[in-house]
Amino acid sequence: MPNTKRRRLVATTVAVALGATALAACGSSGDTGEAASGPVSLTYWTWTPGMDKVVDLWNKGQGKKEQITVTVKKQASGDSLITKILTAHKAKQAPDLVQAEYQALPTLVSNDALADISKNVGDAKNEFADGVWQQTTLGTDAVYAIPQDIGPMMFYYRQDLFKKYGLTVPTTWDQFAETARKLKKASPDTDLTTFSANDSGLFAGLAQQAGAKWWTASGNKWKVGINDAASQKVAKFWGGLVKEGVIDNQPMYTPAWNKALDTGKQIAWVSAVWAPGTLTTAAPDTKGKWAMAPLPQWSAGENVTGSWGGSSTAVTTDSKHQAAAAEFAAWLNTDKDALNALAKESGIYPASKAAQTSGAFLTPPDYFANQADFYTQAAKIAETTAPSAWGPNVNVAYASFNDAFGAAAKNKSDFAAALDSMQDETVADLKKQGFGVAQ
Amino acid sequence: MSSLAVRKAAPAAGTTPGTAQGPPLHRRIALVPTVTLLLGALYCLLPVAWVVIASTKSGHELFSTFTFLPGSGFTDNVKELSTYRDGVYWKWMGNSALYAGLGALLSTAVSAVSGYALAIYRFRGRETLFNLLLAGVLMPPVILAVPQYLLMAKADLTGSQLSVLLPQILAPYGVYLARIYAAAAVPSDVVEAGRMDGASEWRIFTRIALPMMVPGLVTVFLFQFVAVWNNFLLPYIMLSDDEKFPLTVGLYTLLEQGSNTPALYTLVITGAFLAVLPLIALFLVVQRFWSLDLLSGAVKS
Repeated sequence: MPNTKRRRLVATTVAVALGATALAACGSSGDTGEAASGPVSLTYWTWTPGMDKVVDLWNKGQGKKEQITVTVKKQASGDSLITKILTAHKAKQAPDLVQAEYQALPTLVSNDALADISKNVGDAKNEFADGVWQQTTLGTDAVYAIPQDIGPMMFYYRQDLFKKYGLTVPTTWDQFAETARKLKKASPDTDLTTFSANDSGLFAGLAQQAGAKWWTASGNKWKVGINDAASQKVAKFWGGLVKEGVIDNQPMYTPAWNKALDTGKQIAWVSAVWAPGTLTTAAPDTKGKWAMAPLPQWSAGENVTGSWGGSSTAVTTDSKHQAAAAEFAAWLNTDKDALNALAKESGIYPASKAAQTSGAFLTPPDYFANQADFYTQAAKIAETTAPSAWGPNVNVAYASFNDAFGAAAKNKSDFAAALDSMQDETVADLKKQGFGVAQ
Repeated sequence: MSSLAVRKAAPAAGTTPGTAQGPPLHRRIALVPTVTLLLGALYCLLPVAWVVIASTKSGHELFSTFTFLPGSGFTDNVKELSTYRDGVYWKWMGNSALYAGLGALLSTAVSAVSGYALAIYRFRGRETLFNLLLAGVLMPPVILAVPQYLLMAKADLTGSQLSVLLPQILAPYGVYLARIYAAAAVPSDVVEAGRMDGASEWRIFTRIALPMMVPGLVTVFLFQFVAVWNNFLLPYIMLSDDEKFPLTVGLYTLLEQGSNTPALYTLVITGAFLAVLPLIALFLVVQRFWSLDLLSGAVKS
């Protein structure tokens, strides 16, 4: 579940705990020697379910040949994991490999927790779309991670109810607004969708689609553009719909939301490629009644999407066997068998272009059995993902989003003001952390 | 008339010595306190009831049926939970029992010794030491988790079961309680009498003082057991191997599976329900020790 309240609570607790002891820096005496020959054993922190089975393929195959054994230590996902990694890194005891969401990479890199593995990953770059790969280099010559899964955003809707209410699938956001209004007239109790102030990742993806660049590095300073024109446009659009009362303002991933989807009280969802998994549990009764379409565009004829979620495999600076770890990371995310197993055991949507249209992705997800070309379409949409721009304090911006937009959505007040306070808090935090901030 | 006579006769039988002094008053129910208590009970029990009922629902029923309508999936939920990753849940349960049981036992022992010493012996710096401990009581354990991690890392213990056990052995609140209790329950006259009879200090403590302190120590044990059982942050920071996780951290990994995998709500809810049972059982079993208070009447005052 992306960025829900409880996760934030834990993350905040951990962060507070960590912050309180930031001064208790640890002068450790770990000596990072050069990679020794002979058997190597690596530990890997990941939250992906079924990863141990995928890693078994490595341990029994290529890993056995090269005497590199990987042990999976399953973790809970989310911001709290980043804090855990950084705490371990402080004691120079971070695992060799970690799974990290793209937006967390700058945080990890700025804490010097991730190793540059550009020399060890060969031509892995060619396997991925440029926009995806760019997130792991942070725009430098270094490579800090190998992309694993991605979450290109899409529009999901109830096919049967769209027909019933005489609605057409919106291709632009203007049409989307019209659709919401039309539905409200046809059935006052039904909402097209909801604006969830709990899901910062969703809003970030929508802003990304509109061309927002929230963090950009210029020289050795960060430029924060959270309230840039594109984000303003997105905020005003959703704020307008909420104020007008044509969409709901309740958070997602709650029992009430599940019920609304399952009973047809909400008939569409702006989500990402992993939506089938969520819908399977959230709205079990409506299986086969949904369909997927590209995200509505800001101007007709455009073809861009944002991303929501997705993660990568990174090697830490604490690892004594960085080359071996990098080799495994590359194998995991580019090898055909590994990706097949990842799709089968873990249900991830691969970042690797070749894997998106082969193996498990030749047939649609079970929940979307009615849409035979689900994954063919998804792969096409994935190619149109706009580049993202993450910075070193995404967690702060996200927390601020929850507070500011939570209040704005509840009171149906000005979303643009909420965006401004998000910008201010993010800039203030960057300065507090000692980063240079360009105006 | 006759029924009244019977009723009046009842206290005369002397079954309840406390009330034998006069005629039983008609029980008046104080309305405001009763309602307040009832509301409090409701506030505490409603979420528990929710968990109990939700754990009987199958994934399909969980969000679609009425909240307090029992479902039909309890045995399936338990079965599914037991087979999840080869029964890792029961491993977590065992870990929790180990951390909480052994941790609380050791911590009670430490609390007993130090509480007794602080209450009975007069030595230089006693009050300073005690005040320092009090400061420890005020310190939320959350603040300590990360420093403890860094210390454990220096000792190369992170990731081991010891890293979770060790920090929980010294519980300032337990020592505090034990001191207060020892001061009240172990009269210095008894200790003096023991010394006169030639018993060693250790013998006085184990044979005379300790039995007197049992009800207090049971309380310390329970507090500490519940605290460790429910502790999240310390094991979360310390442990990376999910085979060593306690229930709290384990269930958290079931909830946070990443964005492309839905949270395993039914498993988490069933797991949470089963996790409460040992605590309830423990309370029921240990409760009777509280009545041992009678032992404290060794000296006439």
